[in-house]
Amino acid sequence: MIKKRGKMIGRIRGFSMQFLPFAEIRDLDSSERIKKILDIVLGNNILVLQGRLTTDEETRLIEDTMAMIKHVKNFRGIELAVISGGNQANLLQKARQNIANAISGGDLGAITVIGPATIVKEIKKNPRKIELLLNK
Amino acid sequence: MVIKIFRNFFKKIFNSLFKVKKHIKLGFYGPPNSGKTSLANRICKDFTGEEIGSVSKIPHETRSVQFKEKVDITYKEKTLTFKMVDTPGIATRIDYEDFLKYNLKKKEAKERAKEATQGVIESIKWLDDMDVVVVVLDATENPYNQVNITIIGNLVARNIPVLVVANKIDLKKANVKKIESAFPEYDVVGISAKYGKNMEEFYESIFKLAKKV
Repeated sequence: MIKKRGKMIGRIRGFSMQFLPFAEIRDLDSSERIKKILDIVLGNNILVLQGRLTTDEETRLIEDTMAMIKHVKNFRGIELAVISGGNQANLLQKARQNIANAISGGDLGAITVIGPATIVKEIKKNPRKIELLLNK
Repeated sequence: MVIKIFRNFFKKIFNSLFKVKKHIKLGFYGPPNSGKTSLANRICKDFTGEEIGSVSKIPHETRSVQFKEKVDITYKEKTLTFKMVDTPGIATRIDYEDFLKYNLKKKEAKERAKEATQGVIESIKWLDDMDVVVVVLDATENPYNQVNITIIGNLVARNIPVLVVANKIDLKKANVKKIESAFPEYDVVGISAKYGKNMEEFYESIFKLAKKV
């Protein structure tokens, strides 16, 4: 049971969390990255990925998710959030970050959270934190 | 992606060299129920007397892309001609059970969900064809939703000028400042499409945006 402010809010079961370092997707092309992510999510896992996808990949992830809803029984889509330290950076910090990203092949300072909509009710996000609300 | 950017770039150069006169394609993008169709309707009614589509409290009312071919918008004695493109709301989840809360029958809800998924795909496919885009956000909702960030990121990557609209300012919970702080690099205009509030500032911003095409 999960307790929130001393109150039982329900039993959560049937999912696990997977933490994926960016190195696991660095050498994959966009299609392979999206396939890997959707395979993990379709297995009832909440994925915490080091780094982030490109905006084009994020859009393709949404497109492929919509196609999956039509074809996979009981799949209702995903909840997705990205948090990155770059938002509050000044110009110099951003330039330094861009160089670091170019060398490492991605924004390693970011964290991406993706979960199946059947498990993750909502991801509340502000510039500093991500909060996962799970279905009962 | 790179090919698309190059294609758009060369199309713009070709059009400016040979002065190909065409309507500016103005797209309305955003999450479901943010008021895209309400805003498109407001503009169409103001300048053509006709609406573009139906609106509803039930999310995903617009499930296919809707057009109005020739809308002449006049502001301060200047007129620009737009092709209005109203798109289905972009979401990462579509659950037919959410529609049951609005008293839809299970079969209707499932059909609506199926059409809504297709609508999202269609909206994304249309991104490449836009000249300028108005991203319509619900000013009462959290603007840090990843869908908003992804849409705007995509438009920037495609060099498409963006205006962010904070809709529903007639509601008490509306917070335009929060949207401004979420998207500090973009012009944000607070409006109420339903009541036509602050539309003058919106039209002024649209004319500024059109200059970037």
